[in-house]
Amino acid sequence: MSWSEMQPLLSDACLDTLFMVLWSTVWTVVVGLPLGVLLVLTGRGGLLQNVLVNKVIGAVVNIGRSIPFIILMVVLIPFTRFVVGTSIGPSAAVVALAVGGIPFFARLVETAVREVDHGLIEAVQSMGGGTWTLVLKVLLPQALPSIVAGLTTTVIALIGYSAIAGAIGAGGLGNLAIVYGYQRFETGLMVVTVIVLIVIVTLVQLIGDLVARRLAPRGTSRAQTPVRIRLPWSARTAQEATIAKP
Amino acid sequence: MITTTDLTKVYRSRGREVTALDGVDLHVREGEVYGVVGRSGAGKSTLIRCVNLLERPSSGTVTVAGQDLTALAGRGQRANAALRQARSRIGMVFQHFNLLSSRTVRDNIELPLEILGVSGKERTRKALELLDLVGLSAQAKAYPAQLSGGQKQRVGIARALAGDPKVLLSDEATSALDPETTRSILQLLRDLNRQLGLTVLLITHEMDVVKTICDSAALMKGGRVVESGTVSELLATPGSELAAELFPVGGEPSGPDRTVVDVTFHGEAATQPVISQLSRTYNIDISILGAAMDTVAGKQVGRMRIELPGRFEENVVPIGFLREQGLQVEVAAVADAVDSDGLQEAAGLAKDGAQ
Ligand SMILES: Nc1ncnc2c1ncn2[C@@H]1O[C@H](COP(=O)(O)OP(=O)(O)OP(=O)(O)O)[C@@H](O)[C@H]1O
Ligand SMILES: [Mg+2]
Repeated sequence: MSWSEMQPLLSDACLDTLFMVLWSTVWTVVVGLPLGVLLVLTGRGGLLQNVLVNKVIGAVVNIGRSIPFIILMVVLIPFTRFVVGTSIGPSAAVVALAVGGIPFFARLVETAVREVDHGLIEAVQSMGGGTWTLVLKVLLPQALPSIVAGLTTTVIALIGYSAIAGAIGAGGLGNLAIVYGYQRFETGLMVVTVIVLIVIVTLVQLIGDLVARRLAPRGTSRAQTPVRIRLPWSARTAQEATIAKP
Repeated sequence: MITTTDLTKVYRSRGREVTALDGVDLHVREGEVYGVVGRSGAGKSTLIRCVNLLERPSSGTVTVAGQDLTALAGRGQRANAALRQARSRIGMVFQHFNLLSSRTVRDNIELPLEILGVSGKERTRKALELLDLVGLSAQAKAYPAQLSGGQKQRVGIARALAGDPKVLLSDEATSALDPETTRSILQLLRDLNRQLGLTVLLITHEMDVVKTICDSAALMKGGRVVESGTVSELLATPGSELAAELFPVGGEPSGPDRTVVDVTFHGEAATQPVISQLSRTYNIDISILGAAMDTVAGKQVGRMRIELPGRFEENVVPIGFLREQGLQVEVAAVADAVDSDGLQEAAGLAKDGAQ
């Protein structure tokens, strides 16, 4: 296969991947962020301590995180059809990706928000601050650098998932690599696709690290996050490593 | 200004109960600096956190500026609007400053004003005014991480004052600071107390802090207030543990047949040269074994341990003279020669027993 043959395939696949990752990221943030904050607030000793709500959200998040993405996609087919009217194509994949990304991100947000020094909460309470003030002026601003780092990890995981979404005809770079490279033995195209994926993931990581570093409070020894190159399929393990870190 | 009546706090965790406060009655008058001291775990932090209801007391009431906060507070963890309103009129400073690292110094001070709904322009004006008050005008745009501990605490104090509070609570505000910085922060608190008529309730484990700025003090032990009063009241109380810790005197008698006397100075008598008068009047030699004198709230107060020649019986008259001068006199037990004889006997017995 020549480069002129590859190019239209690659640009189409890139656009599909971007579409899927972008929209699923939007939904992941819109739903995952409040969910993560709610996990902290309703937790033990939280501002809105509520064991029942906490257990329910926690269970849902755990289930969402433990189901392998490919199975999640299949299980979600009826739901996807209900939401976007079809169960194949990039739009359908966005639903599955968002459902996969939300619990993933919610846990990262929870960890980030829990790290916020309790003394700060107490200080703002002593000024007469209520729950909204605490969330908007203390918890989120203080946890923002960690949340951005978590979002970077989530986006990279979503890029990895989007490759699997190719299995339901969602297109994208992952699909291209599998269909042409694996099934039709177009090794050249597969190598190029993988290189493009590496470049995208590296860019996402670089931008994420940059933003997180810019947001880190000034004057502190900023958390030196080494710039790592993560391959899409290693996203899950990389994420787990982040979680395991105290 | 601050009154607690029969305040108790019981922590329950995994079936275990800890009584952190056990019936505390505290009375802090308007415009005074009140220090609470006690060992670690005595319940000091719990007490101060109960004053603005960061911690719900198990029973008892807290009244600040005539308002019963315990009646305001709803049940459950969340503070209702009335309690939040009341809290905004009580400033609090913390041992570890608790400044938001994501905000500049000025924005940290503006935070309580944002909560109070003050407009942007007014917030800035007030924040800059407060920064000036605590002597940090130059650091308005700095971030907390760029400040020294003392500067951070000044920001903490400025922030606590933003809501024009009548009362300032301070939980070990100087414990993370070096002695020099501690002095400057205490001086600032003293100035604020004088200039703004601020009532200050502070927790500390350093007797020096009490000595430097407190008008009154209380000693806590096992969740109870065991002693309390103004510093001179405490000094006037025979056997007061706080007075002894504030003004510790030591010193052993130089030989047998001596009388050792602890003299406490407070009030008018402290201005008289009593010791030399005693020496001249009775023509006796007096040795000073130890002394701890200080100026507390502008008055000379303190304790001194002196030694008079002869046994107690021979010194009844001079001791009476000291009492007549309005001094408080305690005869220290160590002076008794019989005691040391007794000790020798005991040592002899122990030796016999060993053989
Ligand atoms: N949240 C809590 N849960 C259970 N027990 C607590 C809690 N907070 C304090 N206690 C207990 O209450 C008692 C009093 O604690 P408190 O923090 O008031 O002491 P403190 O006098 O301030 O001590 P320190 O000088 O070390 O600060 C201690 O026995 C402590 O273990
Ligand atoms: Mg304490």
